[in-house]
Amino acid sequence: MRKYKGHTKLVIKPGSTDEVSKVLKYCNDNMLAVVPQGGNSGLVGGSIPVYDEIVINMSRMNNIRDFDEVSGTLVADAGCILEVVDHFLAEKNHIFPLDLGAKGSCHIGGNVATNAGGLRLLRYGSLHGNILGIEAVLPDGTVMDDLSKLRKNNTGYDIKQLFIGGEGTIGIITGVSVLCPQRSKAANVAFFGLESFEKVQEAFRAAKSQLSEILSAFELMDGQSQDLVHAVTDKKRPLEGQHPFYCLIETSGSNPDHDSEKLEKFLEHVMSEEIVSDGVLAQDETQVQSLWSWREGIPECLGHWGGVYKYDLSIPLPELYKLVEDTRERLTSAGLVGDDEKYPIVGVVGYGHMGDSNLHLNVATRRFDKEVEKKLEPFVYEWIAKRNGSISAEHGLGLAKKAFIGYSRSETMIRLMKQIKDLYDPNGIMNPYKYI
Amino acid sequence: MPTPLKILVPVKRVIDYAVKPRVNKARTAVETAGVKHSMNPFDELSIEAAVRMRERKNPPVDDILALSAGPAKCVDVLRTAMAMGADRSIHVEIPDAGQGQAELEPLGVAKLLAKVVAEEGPNLVILGKQSIDDDSNQTGQMLAGLLGWGQATQASKIEFDDGDRVSVTREVDGGVETVRFPLPGIITTDLRLNEPRYASLPNIMKAKKKKLEKKTLSDYGVDEGRRLKTVRVEEPPPRKGGGKVEDVDGMIAKLKELGAI
Repeated sequence: MRKYKGHTKLVIKPGSTDEVSKVLKYCNDNMLAVVPQGGNSGLVGGSIPVYDEIVINMSRMNNIRDFDEVSGTLVADAGCILEVVDHFLAEKNHIFPLDLGAKGSCHIGGNVATNAGGLRLLRYGSLHGNILGIEAVLPDGTVMDDLSKLRKNNTGYDIKQLFIGGEGTIGIITGVSVLCPQRSKAANVAFFGLESFEKVQEAFRAAKSQLSEILSAFELMDGQSQDLVHAVTDKKRPLEGQHPFYCLIETSGSNPDHDSEKLEKFLEHVMSEEIVSDGVLAQDETQVQSLWSWREGIPECLGHWGGVYKYDLSIPLPELYKLVEDTRERLTSAGLVGDDEKYPIVGVVGYGHMGDSNLHLNVATRRFDKEVEKKLEPFVYEWIAKRNGSISAEHGLGLAKKAFIGYSRSETMIRLMKQIKDLYDPNGIMNPYKYI
Repeated sequence: MPTPLKILVPVKRVIDYAVKPRVNKARTAVETAGVKHSMNPFDELSIEAAVRMRERKNPPVDDILALSAGPAKCVDVLRTAMAMGADRSIHVEIPDAGQGQAELEPLGVAKLLAKVVAEEGPNLVILGKQSIDDDSNQTGQMLAGLLGWGQATQASKIEFDDGDRVSVTREVDGGVETVRFPLPGIITTDLRLNEPRYASLPNIMKAKKKKLEKKTLSDYGVDEGRRLKTVRVEEPPPRKGGGKVEDVDGMIAKLKELGAI
């Protein structure tokens, strides 16, 4: 990001829930502000100490506590790295219901605290459904032990839901129990080139109706995002010609023959109906990974020139891409986009989780420039508010979007949120200056 | 006028390169049931090399024949080969007796290929230098011996001159070696030769209509003639984790303890 710089004099690395409790109690009694920190892979500055807050880093709490092979319930410390947990589950033929580009460094506690969405939300749903229980420490040191392993539990208010996506503002998550699905035996990945956003929508509809239960990801990438990935990595492109839009679809299921048959029919359909202009199908696991790298590599490649303005938005599907076109036109006509050093902006690109109506609008810049920011904000937020979208689909509010919550939430909703914050954290020591 | 090429490319279906192989419970073979299989990566290079020769048109390529010998599922890798650009294929079916027992040995494969060459009349055979499952690196050489043809192994570059001669650059210890031989001949491929293409959807569709012949070993009068018996298969011992030392003195003490200094 290169946008945020932390200012702290003290980092505490507790090794147990009990230690977290003692630390928080001390801080609360002495009115010391704290920032819970996981893998520090967030994009909105939620884990950054803004002034002199004490960082509570969870990396030492990295034990997998329990796994039940029958129900697929995993109980683990908050500081476990997502990829480590997923490898552990892979040995047992299960999969973590969340996958994202930063899996090698992000913590599952942080994933839950930010309600991360990721690449397979389309298939496995949001963490609000997959998290069965949470162990958290409240600011006054109270340990909230709600590590339920039950799928159903209609006994009163579901308090743990407040911690999912709570971004560490009412307590620190120290452990989670997660419902993990069976890992699919067969996975296929296809990569398409398409000539318009209308065709992308047609392809999405066809994928939903023909692949239905085996469809596990439908990702959109615009032509410019792929051009920039190519410019940075210089890898061989999957398709020969260039196309305005690209899609990556993944299927996963339990029976390779059944999946292949469905997928073949679908591919034949989208080719013969000319919904897609060109496409490839991965023939082996190496190609699967290499095709995914054209999607997962985008954020990293965009940072090649300097900073990136990242917007993570929920927009009704038919207008999903129009925001990118409007923003691109606005910045281009302001004379900010160009190929050489004179211009602050390298490119305006759109990509994201088509299956979840979630667009990432990214503006890759050579340097941070006030002029760019003025043109972008509040323009993007106003655009979203007009269409009843969300200004933060899966990245959270953090520091970056605190001021803009009003574009997506009504005054009443914000008031209710503030009441909760005041109830759990009356001294306001938890992750201050952020969220609401 | 150079002689048109007729190319034979044998391909093997192996456990996918990215999958970690596991030893079966009886410790007699690697577990193959329910494991993702793909085309041997070196054979992908061979197909790509053949297709690029066709695209270069000098000399012209009349035929690219892919061949696989193994269980029924080998059809998948042959379809991939044809989607990449092979014209037709032959599947020599060897009923799967399970757990690697039905697999041919390199000499068996070479004898089979010699018969196929006699029947189909290719003047160039491009093979992967080895398959990633048994790492034998023998079939190409044995085939050259059986046919009495020239061979260039581990090719990283292939060039044709105006006559019927092929120059092949091989990566050897400390540098490269260029060898030249007249057709007909054998080439085995190495990693740096090319980057195989993806199978495009239109080509996958076309591949379905290409000819795929079914044969058996007895059609070629070859018996399986296995000479080796796998006694036992074991996984490598797990790596022991490293340790951290506090300072330079600690490191020296540790090295002494291990007898390294």
